[in-house]
Amino acid sequence: MDRLNKKEYEKYAEKKIPTPTYFKNIFWAFVVGGGICVLGQFIRNWLFSRGLNEKQVAAGTSIMLVFIGAFLTGIGVYDRLGKVAGAGSIVPITGFANSIVSPAMEFKREGYVFGVAARMFTIAGPVLVYGIGSSILVGIIYLLFGGGK
Amino acid sequence: MEYLKAFIIGGLICVIGQILMDATKLTPAHILVIFVTSGVILTAIGIYEPLIDFAQAGASVPLTGFGYALCNGAFEGVKKSGLIGAFTGGLEATAGGIAGAIIFGYIMSIVSNPKTKD
Repeated sequence: MDRLNKKEYEKYAEKKIPTPTYFKNIFWAFVVGGGICVLGQFIRNWLFSRGLNEKQVAAGTSIMLVFIGAFLTGIGVYDRLGKVAGAGSIVPITGFANSIVSPAMEFKREGYVFGVAARMFTIAGPVLVYGIGSSILVGIIYLLFGGGK
Repeated sequence: MEYLKAFIIGGLICVIGQILMDATKLTPAHILVIFVTSGVILTAIGIYEPLIDFAQAGASVPLTGFGYALCNGAFEGVKKSGLIGAFTGGLEATAGGIAGAIIFGYIMSIVSNPKTKD
C-alpha cells in the first residue's frame, strides 16, 4: 500500500466515513414503526372483540407485542429488521423486548445470573428507572396540586 | 381508518426517534429513556391523552405510550389511594407488559443463540 502522509490519510479517512442516508433512514423508520403500530391496533381490536375491557386490552396488547419482539429477536429476524428500520424498530414496545433479549443472549456464557438475568436489563433497566421514577414524581406533584380527592 | 391513523402517528413518532439518532449520535438506550420520560411528562401536562384518543395503538405502542400508561396509572393511583397510589399506580398499569418482557425475554434468551453477524 502507498505511503500516505498524515494529511492525505485524513482526507482518505474522511471519504470513507459513510454519510448517513437521512431520507432513507426516515422513510424506513416511518414504514416499519407505523407497521408495528398497525399490528398493535390489530391486536387491540381483536382483544376488544373478545369482550375484554380497556385495561385488559392495554395489558394484553403490550404482552403480545413484547412476546412477538422477544420471539423475533430470538430467531434473529428482529436485529436484521433493525439494520434497515433503525428507530422504527427501537421505539415501539417490540424494541423494548428486543433490548432485553439481545444482550441477554449475547452474554449467556457468563452464566445465568450475571450473564442472562443481569444483561437483560442493560437497556431495559434505565428505561424502567426513569419511566417509573418520573411517574412517581408526577404522581406526587399531582397529589400536591389537589389531584387526590 | 383507525389503522391508517395508527400507521401515520406511530410512524411519525418513530421518525422523531430516527432524526434524534442521526442528528445527535444518541444510542438506542438514550432514545428509549428519553421517549419513556417524555411520555410521562407529556401525559402529565395533558398533551398525550388526545393523541391516544386519536391514534390508539399509534400512540400507545411506541415507548412514549409506555410512559403514558405509567403516568396515567400513577394519577389513577393517587385518586384512589393518595400518596401510596403515586408509588403503586404506575407499575400496576404496566405490570402486564413488564412481566411479559421479563418472562418472554428470559425464555427466548435461554433457548436461542446470537446469530453470526454478516
